Amino acid sequence: MTAATELRARQDRGRKVAQNREKWASGRTYISAVVILIWCLAPAYWMVVTAFRDVGYTYDTSVLPTHVTLDNFRTAFDESFGNHFGQALLNSLFIGAVVTIVSLLIGVFAAYALARLNFRFKYLVLGFILGASMFPGVALITPLFQLFTTIGWMGTYQALIIPNISFVLPLTVYTMTSFFREMPWELEEAARVDGCTQGQAFRRVIMPLAAPAIFTTAILAFISSWNEFLIASQLSSDKTQPVTVAIASFAGAQPNQIPYTAIMAAGTIVTIPLVVLVLVFQRKIVAGLTAGAVK
Amino acid sequence: MATELGPTPVKEPASGGAPVRHAPKGVGEDNVIASQGRWAAWLLAPTIIALGIVIVYPIISAVIMSFQKDAGLDPETGLFVAGGAAGFSNYANWIFQQCAAPDGGTVACPPGTLGAQFWSATGTTFFFTIVTVTLETVLGFWMAMIMARAFKGRSLVRAAVLVPWAIPTAVTAKLWLFIFAFEGIGNKLFSTTILWTGSEWPARWAVIIADVWKTTPFMALLILAGLQMIPAEVYEAAKVDGASAWQRFRMITLPLVKPALMVAILFRTLDALRMFDLPYILTGGANNTTTLSILVINQIRQGFNAAAALSTITFIIIFLVAFIFVRFLGANVVEQQTGAAKGKK
Repeated sequence: MTAATELRARQDRGRKVAQNREKWASGRTYISAVVILIWCLAPAYWMVVTAFRDVGYTYDTSVLPTHVTLDNFRTAFDESFGNHFGQALLNSLFIGAVVTIVSLLIGVFAAYALARLNFRFKYLVLGFILGASMFPGVALITPLFQLFTTIGWMGTYQALIIPNISFVLPLTVYTMTSFFREMPWELEEAARVDGCTQGQAFRRVIMPLAAPAIFTTAILAFISSWNEFLIASQLSSDKTQPVTVAIASFAGAQPNQIPYTAIMAAGTIVTIPLVVLVLVFQRKIVAGLTAGAVK
Repeated sequence: MATELGPTPVKEPASGGAPVRHAPKGVGEDNVIASQGRWAAWLLAPTIIALGIVIVYPIISAVIMSFQKDAGLDPETGLFVAGGAAGFSNYANWIFQQCAAPDGGTVACPPGTLGAQFWSATGTTFFFTIVTVTLETVLGFWMAMIMARAFKGRSLVRAAVLVPWAIPTAVTAKLWLFIFAFEGIGNKLFSTTILWTGSEWPARWAVIIADVWKTTPFMALLILAGLQMIPAEVYEAAKVDGASAWQRFRMITLPLVKPALMVAILFRTLDALRMFDLPYILTGGANNTTTLSILVINQIRQGFNAAAALSTITFIIIFLVAFIFVRFLGANVVEQQTGAAKGKK
């Protein structure tokens, strides 16, 4: 065997080992990926399967859908057991919409200032807003409970909307500030060179460009309002309660039996629009969620 | 409040007449900062005022309330007594577990009352926080490492992790209550016959598992975003230099992802310390799953002012933990935020 062939043989062997190692690595990646998929999706899948299962087979444990029925969705909207799920859906939509719009209207200006302008106390303002977003809800609930009892606001919509702004507004400012930093601000300067004022440049050039960022922020804001439970559980009434409270206190025909199938149906209704929204705008949402933590 | 943000007025030239420009560049910058400061004050005013109303005002009134006595029936005479200054007695009620006694003094709160539960609730809250955040960090890191790899179907995995995150916590709690029901799929799958919500440790683990399921994706996405900031060349160079996979992880990945990781851990920790929805719906706070937030809510209808003291204590605990993170563990959130702006300039 010449030295050349021996060298080639050794190279071949080396390549094969490397290939095998790569195959093994990608195999492990796939196994891990499947584990993650199952872990994340299986419980959600179970909710949907149960939602479509006949109430008599609540505890059926076959993985595939069995005894498929739509009855649970009818039960979910049925008001004869004291549930107000339909009304609660409307309440959550209304509260979420108002909170989102108000937070965006106020927050967009603050985000612009924080992303674009140089001024004193910038760190202080940023710290204050970040601190506000991490603020524990229970610290608000006690004084608000007393205040709203005194002025007769218990169970009203404004009693639910105002506290929600306390955590949705900081989130909005925070997320939008990060988005604003990424934008092509040269265009604003170009507009100013062409004779726009700073305000005009903002309205005519920046706002249209910022639309996707604002839309993503709106989704995140709406989701966090939609998910709120603590404050609503204390300050809402049967008339104004949002879906989270309605689902948590969902009652069935028998008081000592939890109507799981109907609750899963209600949960599915509450969740599916969110999941669809999140999956459609996945890339933007992830960017918004992780904004600020990196970069 | 907005006026505080205003700029310092631009210095008038000492002698009247046209402004004297000594150093054109410096003065120009001053002017820019001054005019931008005025702008910033106007733009920030609505947010600051709104947050002042919905956050600062409640905090201050909670602190004031916490030093007031709760109005109620006098235990001895049975007559209604109005509140009044309470000094630190509301705080003593929680921290030293001293309840009002019929003779006007205080006695140790009898077991079963809310006052007697403060320390166990604090312990439970910290137990949940430490266990869930640790599990979420480890699992989240692992998920992020997988999602950072290039493979077919990666986008599917990245989409799937958003599903638990998108489900409202109230729904998550009911879903896991169903999974952990006695006849539920949980017991069936592992051939166990555990009454999950019926005794202390199973109940605690039920809450932990549900919380980890719901919030690990958030952690994973934050860490993934940090991982993606590391340039691939760094790994290539290390590989050429003969660094093993473990060495690459320890010497490159960990230090470079640390800023993002610390922020993620800080966010999750502060979130876990105020945990309410999951245990409240899943176990109702029974079997030692009462967190501080649940204790506040249970107290509200028995007396605002004692509840205000407890919520103030909770707030201080969370604030201290955040302070420790930022000061000693290097979770610098604000700098991360403004660093980007500076880099851009």
